[in-house]
Amino acid sequence: MTTDSAIDQLKLSASDYASNQEVRWCPGCGDYAILAQMKKTMAALGVPREKIVFVSGIGCSSRFPYYMNTYGIHSIHGRAPAIAAGLKIMRPELFVWVITGDGDGLSIGGNHLIHAIRRNLDINIVLFNNRIYGLTKGQYSPTSPLNKVTKSSPMGSIDNPLRILSVAIGCEATFVARTVDVNTKHLGMCLERAAEHRGTSFIEVYQNCVVFNDGAFDYATDRKIKSDSILELEHGKPMIFGKDREKGIRLSGMEPEVVTLGEGVSEGDLLVHDEAAKEPSLAYFLSRMHYPDFPEPIGVFRAVERPKYDEMLNRQIDEAVETQGAGDLDRLFSSGDTWTVGKAEP
Amino acid sequence: MYEIRAKTMTAADGVKPVVDLQAATVRFCGDSGDGMQLAGTQLTNTSALAGNDVATFPDYPAEIRAPRGTKAGVSGFQIHFAADKIFTPGDQVDALVAMNAAALATNLQDLVPHGILIVNEDGFGKRDLELAGYQQNPLEDGSLDSYQLHQVDMTRLTREAVKSSGLSTKEADRCRNFFAMGLVFWLYDRSLEPTERFIREKFGRRPAIAEANENALRAGYNYGITTEAIARRFAVGPADLPPGRYRNITGNLALAWGLMAAAQRSGCRLFYGTYPITPASDILHELARRKNFGVRTFQAEDEIAAVTSVIGAAFGGAMGVTGTSGPGVSLKSEAIGLAVMTELPMLVINVQRAGPSTGLPTKTEQADLFQALYGRHGECPLPVLAARSPADCFDVAIEAWRIAAGYMTPVVLLSDAYVANGSEPWRIPRTDELPKIEVTHPGSSDGEPFLPYARDERLSRPWAIPGTPGLMHRIGGLETQDRTGAVSYDPANHELMVKLRARKIAGIAGDIPHQAVEGPQSGSLLLLTWGGTYGAAATAVRQLWNDGASVAHAHLRYLNPFPANLGELVKRYRRVLVAELNSGQLRTLVRARFLVDAAGLNKITGRPFAVTEIVEAIHGALE
Repeated sequence: MTTDSAIDQLKLSASDYASNQEVRWCPGCGDYAILAQMKKTMAALGVPREKIVFVSGIGCSSRFPYYMNTYGIHSIHGRAPAIAAGLKIMRPELFVWVITGDGDGLSIGGNHLIHAIRRNLDINIVLFNNRIYGLTKGQYSPTSPLNKVTKSSPMGSIDNPLRILSVAIGCEATFVARTVDVNTKHLGMCLERAAEHRGTSFIEVYQNCVVFNDGAFDYATDRKIKSDSILELEHGKPMIFGKDREKGIRLSGMEPEVVTLGEGVSEGDLLVHDEAAKEPSLAYFLSRMHYPDFPEPIGVFRAVERPKYDEMLNRQIDEAVETQGAGDLDRLFSSGDTWTVGKAEP
Repeated sequence: MYEIRAKTMTAADGVKPVVDLQAATVRFCGDSGDGMQLAGTQLTNTSALAGNDVATFPDYPAEIRAPRGTKAGVSGFQIHFAADKIFTPGDQVDALVAMNAAALATNLQDLVPHGILIVNEDGFGKRDLELAGYQQNPLEDGSLDSYQLHQVDMTRLTREAVKSSGLSTKEADRCRNFFAMGLVFWLYDRSLEPTERFIREKFGRRPAIAEANENALRAGYNYGITTEAIARRFAVGPADLPPGRYRNITGNLALAWGLMAAAQRSGCRLFYGTYPITPASDILHELARRKNFGVRTFQAEDEIAAVTSVIGAAFGGAMGVTGTSGPGVSLKSEAIGLAVMTELPMLVINVQRAGPSTGLPTKTEQADLFQALYGRHGECPLPVLAARSPADCFDVAIEAWRIAAGYMTPVVLLSDAYVANGSEPWRIPRTDELPKIEVTHPGSSDGEPFLPYARDERLSRPWAIPGTPGLMHRIGGLETQDRTGAVSYDPANHELMVKLRARKIAGIAGDIPHQAVEGPQSGSLLLLTWGGTYGAAATAVRQLWNDGASVAHAHLRYLNPFPANLGELVKRYRRVLVAELNSGQLRTLVRARFLVDAAGLNKITGRPFAVTEIVEAIHGALE
């Protein structure tokens, strides 16, 4: 497609990243917003389409690769991080994104997710968290709250929900962020930061399932209440929230505490966010704050540098070639004990 | 039957006569910590260097260190070395070296009548006898009178031999296997030089240990010279192998090198994604050492990640390979289905072991043939090849990749514990003489919309890889529309695609050699085998030919698709006997496909066929 190649030389717009496939999510699904923002981010970063690969598993979110005019694999349930690992190891120059959901990434694929993160492959993982199984029509998921009544939990779920970001931080993720589907500006910022991060970036997106779990994130999206229930993290800034920015988070012993500014409390008493903290303790602490007891943090929890798996693996190859010389199969086969029968070969 | 040759008398050799043999089979057995695998490997290499044909059978327990002195902890290594072409490590052994009572109890049944039995006297204490289940000491009760029993106080003799090295008693006792080797080397007129070289290379950094091992080795050899108990020794001359340069090679090493050669001959970069599992891990160990060849190994978090990482690598244009054993294939099944659906080339190696479930992890079996063919949901055909011997693993690896890359399909390559751990001489090929494998990735398109599922004359689709401008496309597990690759739920398209995928695989039959037969081209009986049973079957038919029996042998490398002439071939014989280490999987296939009344010779003991078992079965069938 010469025309496509020509376009790639030029500045691409968001629509250039759209494939010709009809998008088949339910009307009103939060996935649309994420798809739109992803296209915008790709255009803003100016990454050539042929250098991008979207890898997904199974679930509503995992249809994502079909809708991007890039390379893509819609694979099997939960395995996208492992597919991405093999691809990234062999093709480190590619820009690899994993699209997953709370069922795909945390239930059936939990093992691959934690290992991808701890290895710190240079990939981007976006987890669409709608706290429900959508594609199988409404069973509770690993992130559904306790007592959640669904088709498979008519008396309420008795599964303690998994705190995704606590898991990611426990695996010493080098980039961890949380954002919200309808908060497009914030979502775009997180995607862009993730794309720029070198190493595994992990983003949890609160995503509304209009059919099976509508309103699960109202506290984070409803203009009337969200400023009281959401804490927007900013690096180097004190943790302030509330409609009139009148509330903040203070450390009380080892616990967070909500305080009101003014009444003997000043900004200087508040916790200051440090996304670059070497130890993941602060990020973990923030990942434990949940609505309604606390405002839920969104933004970049952690962004640090650590050696990347794919780079280390390929560096070992280079080092081996440097120290041992490029491999020669004929020499290898004839190394060690050999003997000759009949006429000796040259 | 033996020619006794007069040998020039030298001070070192003494005056003992040397008997020339065509072949000999020796087994070392002892505790799993006694170094028996090492002893066997050294005798193997030395014999191979002396020009013998060799075949080996290491047999070790699943536990790394089972309780000392128990039958469960016995580890053995059998080697057959010969002055002519051989195919198996031998049914029975001519000489047995037993380091303790448990080793004797578990191995004596394989020693030929009047065979040579060398025992380490020190391994027959009260506790050893109890653990081995002996009521009384077999060395004293006359029960071994029918063998040429040589009781050697190896522990004491070894300790004395290594005294000058200043080792602790425990360390000194670890040299015992070298004493046993030395004695066997003397018995079979073998050079100590290769083992001495090995000791210097292996223990060079620990001179005291190196010196002790060399001293123990020589002490064992000298014991043979001086003892009055052993009256004669044996010699096996070089075999008449095809000219060339040879080395000894195990199945897993040959497989690893075959993969590297296939990568080089196809211009692809090798990616090996795997999860450690017996008996396949040695492939990983070898490939992980070959980074300077550009080999990338990935020890994944589990079997599923191993195979899916390979799918990712294959999408990226690499030669992706995953290696495992049966339990691992069970876990990989869904992903192999994805590879079939996405039509990406890759290899799945199954080094079979005895199942089901964890089964007998270190023992051999051929019971995963059905799994390879049918172990996936949906209509999910793929090519299946099997290696017949350690050296054959090299060629099969290259052939499997030729098919995978040529037809854009995952290919299952079956090996087994017997083939993987066994060894034989391998004629070292020149890599530029190996078949070249054509792999192409389409470049940017010429303006036409790219069709990822358009097919060539082989029904193979283009291997377009990320990074190529203009060829952006999406693949996946959902049914794909013919040609365009878009998701399609169209009923007619699904049937079309199922049939296209099946026809593609079936068509490979036209691209593989016709099945060859050894022996009469038609007649009374065809012995049909596959995989690691080749050696025993080939030896059995040769024995039968010598006895004048009319029997033919066909050994299958291609299990799916079958060679195009197989159906016609099996019908040329009045009887078809399928020998396999399972309950009759190939037999079922042959009966179903060709409507022939094939009979089975089946064994499920975790051990390979003995030649005599096949000979007897054929005699029975011919009667």
